[in-house]
Amino acid sequence: MLEIKNLAKVFGERVIFKEMDLTINDGEVLSIVGPSGIGKTTFLRILAGLLPADQGELILDNESLDITGNRQGAQVGVIFQDFNLFPHYTVKQNVALAPQLVKKVAKKEAEKEAEELLKNLGLVEQMNQYPFQLSGGQKQRVAIARALAMKPGILAYDEPTSGLDAESTKRVIKVIQQLKTQGVTQLIVTHDLPFAQAVADQTFDFGVDVDRGGSL
Amino acid sequence: MDYMMQILPSLLNGLKMTIGVFVLTLIGSVPLGMLISLALRSDIYLLKWVMNAYVWVMRGTPLLLQIVFVYYGLSLANIMTLPRFEAAVITFILNYAAYFAEIFRGGIQSIPQGQYDGAQVLGLSKFQTMWKIIFPQVTKIVMPSVGNEVVNLVKDSSLVYVIGLGDLMRAGNIAASRDVTLVPYLLVGLIYLILIALATLIQRRMEKKMNFYR
Repeated sequence: MLEIKNLAKVFGERVIFKEMDLTINDGEVLSIVGPSGIGKTTFLRILAGLLPADQGELILDNESLDITGNRQGAQVGVIFQDFNLFPHYTVKQNVALAPQLVKKVAKKEAEKEAEELLKNLGLVEQMNQYPFQLSGGQKQRVAIARALAMKPGILAYDEPTSGLDAESTKRVIKVIQQLKTQGVTQLIVTHDLPFAQAVADQTFDFGVDVDRGGSL
Repeated sequence: MDYMMQILPSLLNGLKMTIGVFVLTLIGSVPLGMLISLALRSDIYLLKWVMNAYVWVMRGTPLLLQIVFVYYGLSLANIMTLPRFEAAVITFILNYAAYFAEIFRGGIQSIPQGQYDGAQVLGLSKFQTMWKIIFPQVTKIVMPSVGNEVVNLVKDSSLVYVIGLGDLMRAGNIAASRDVTLVPYLLVGLIYLILIALATLIQRRMEKKMNFYR
């Protein structure tokens, strides 16, 4: 379960958002919608630990997450808009790398787990390929497998349908639903409202549900 | 032909010195250049400033002058007296490290921020990120520029004559002035060309080997 309490972010004088309160229960899928440039990605980067927040708390499975921008560990799995796969590693290596380096899992075990995850996501044939050989949808599923390999408390997607064709979008929806049945908590930042409504248990409208006025 | 065979041993003897300077410089300057490139991007202002000044001095003054300074200058100033060969190799390493640092800095800058973000959210430490994610990609990007510097280094190694070291060029010089002929220079040129051809071949092989991804 992720609890967001009184979260706020300011750039200079400009309040991006403040007094943001939100709870996502275990196994729930939450969409955060709103037009481009409204601060959704800023929020996601704070959740991912890549940007500091100015105020508030992030509590994941009863543990407080660092919000100073210096987080250690992979409590929040992130699927970036550009996927950010490592181009010099194969698909399997992309997935098996972090468990080996961060969790000190033995190589064989990490690779076995990676194979399992990739199999579940329909990427058996791509395991030994490099990211440049994959389609956008395939890259995205590799990114999902890579995040899942670290067993995060929540998976967060940044604009998962941008740049995908209709077929690939359907496939992402399927994957998100499949992960939901496996109990994975998921948060999706998107401006694609039909997609958000198709996958989410609850939708949070960044344009309406957060406060952006005044000062902190 | 007889004459060529006659002077070849002395030239090959000089070649040993050239290769010695070349190999040791490469071994020392590439890792040092990597470290300096990291320092150039450091958040510690003083470190960054000092390293920028270092690169400025090393790239802004002739290598010949630096060799003279390290060998004669340090000795005259009673700081330390280095043997000729060590003085030459140390100067070459310090000089080439500055060039390599700038090449690596450019390479690091060309890696998208997303690679750092991807590594960070997976929990990789800064060291792991640089070692496993960034530097392998940088190596591929900088390989052509590094190859260029390597070719320069082969030729620059002839500058060690200034402190009396007997390299290939000096061996050619001695033979040419003793026998009043240009033939030794022709041979010297040929040997340099072979060296450069070898270096280029190795560089191309490495580039090809690293071309498994885009």
